Amino acid sequence: MPNSAPEITLSARNLTRRFGSQTVIHNVSLELRRGEVLGLLGHNGAGKTTTMQMLTGCLSPNSGSIEICGIDLAQKPTLAKTHLGYLPETPPLYRELTVNDYLTFAARLRGMKSADVSAALAQAKQRCGLEAVSKKIIGTLSKGYQQRVGIAQAIIHQPAVIVLDEPTVGLDPSQILDIRNLIRELGTAHSVILSTHLLSEVQSICNRVEILQNGKLIYGDTSARMQRYGQISGFIVSLRNPPAPSVLQNLGGVTQVEQLSDMQFRVLHTAEHNPSAELLTLAAQQNWQLEQLTPLQTTLEEVFVKITDEEKSKSGEKS
Amino acid sequence: MIRLLALRELRSLFTMPSTWFILAALQFIFAWFFLNSLQAFLDIQPQLAQLANAPGVTTIIGAPLFNMVALLLMMLVPMFTMRLIAEERRNQTLSLLLSSPLSIRQIVLGKFFGLMIFLSVMVASIPLMIYSLAVGTHLDSGLLLSNVLGLLLLIASYVALGLYISTLTTQPIIAAIGALAVLVGLWLADIAATTENSPWHLISPLHHFQSFSTGLLDSGDAVFFLLFTSAFLLLAMKRLGNNRIYG
Repeated sequence: MPNSAPEITLSARNLTRRFGSQTVIHNVSLELRRGEVLGLLGHNGAGKTTTMQMLTGCLSPNSGSIEICGIDLAQKPTLAKTHLGYLPETPPLYRELTVNDYLTFAARLRGMKSADVSAALAQAKQRCGLEAVSKKIIGTLSKGYQQRVGIAQAIIHQPAVIVLDEPTVGLDPSQILDIRNLIRELGTAHSVILSTHLLSEVQSICNRVEILQNGKLIYGDTSARMQRYGQISGFIVSLRNPPAPSVLQNLGGVTQVEQLSDMQFRVLHTAEHNPSAELLTLAAQQNWQLEQLTPLQTTLEEVFVKITDEEKSKSGEKS
Repeated sequence: MIRLLALRELRSLFTMPSTWFILAALQFIFAWFFLNSLQAFLDIQPQLAQLANAPGVTTIIGAPLFNMVALLLMMLVPMFTMRLIAEERRNQTLSLLLSSPLSIRQIVLGKFFGLMIFLSVMVASIPLMIYSLAVGTHLDSGLLLSNVLGLLLLIASYVALGLYISTLTTQPIIAAIGALAVLVGLWLADIAATTENSPWHLISPLHHFQSFSTGLLDSGDAVFFLLFTSAFLLLAMKRLGNNRIYG
């Protein structure tokens, strides 16, 4: 069925979790399909880790249900968890074991047959770049390598759903790139859900983004669209021989022209009609001596702050 | 799965140098105590020969040796049980077990049997030492067996209690002190009760070991050990299950 949407591997409905009288997760619903990488964004203490602990069965929600590959996590936990790989915030490592022993244990723990383990072990080590340290004791490895062992244990049994809590923490820049490539690769055949505060990470590897704020999901969309969220269409143009601003103002689609300096203008235009092509032709014809034309871009950081601030002011108004 | 967890527990124990150190030190203490009892037996042997119904070598050497080991293990078992859950919790490895396709029962039993195997290996040298006397004399194998059985049941009850206390905390050292306090408390309740049929005797595992130590297989005592062990294992499962509820 090439046209149908890929199957849903993880679905969480109306999760609510309280610690004592404090409600830390309010009515969170998530859905993940095969081949998707979902980024869970949020400030510290927004509830990312708690949500992930619930999704992996380490914590039971006060209300709401979770299904993994269509199997209810509360009713058939053992069966549902065979489809799950989880890297918690701190990698769950037995520091006294060697990398090989530990990963073999992790694979067997997830119900792999011992005949399949050695191939899976070799693949996981190769994917996470652990071949060189396979006989070393985990406690002697550096933080970056330990993190990679943590990722390897989450993927060794090729689960349908991979939950990674801040997977690139403690890695050096080249390792971060490797791990991001790995996650992107995993995202093609499995479903990955990862939490992070690195927005560049979301930008580079996630198909979809959900933003958690004070235990509520306040925004969810594809990461490409999130980047466009609240974006202003426009550009900054530098002309060495500029015309009067009113000339620019009269171009089709232009809504506002602001003169930044003698030669620099900020031109805002409607989203549908981009006047930059027209401007380029005119500049050539009338010898405005175009020097630079830079589209205005919003970064995910700005968008994130914007979305969370909007939410804050909204809840502020309510109370 | 229980076997897998038990083997992991054993593997972790044997990769730690401290385990080997404790094993070596204990074997030394066992052997020293054994040789001392043997010397004492040889010293009083002429007097024994004149008695009509003299106690045998197994009673004179074996029983005190097993009693000493039982007492020593009361102090030692908490050192091993403290790590079982508390350390998993502190190192965050518990989430690996909780997110794996395992039931709480399997986790608890895996840990229990892993440590039981280790401790059984540790005390296996004692019957072997006594058995070495079979070269020169006749041994009461019934008495020896009942002592071994009693010791294993006693260890099981210690491990179950320690395991439960280990589920209560994140700090292994608190788990160790807690288990030690309870075990010593039970022992003191036993020896402080002077009257023969005081109910305080009944709650002490060490008291129930006495009949095994004299070669008496009392089903009441065996049932006590089984109940004691399974009660604390069930409590440990309950507490670990609550981990999911209370975080």
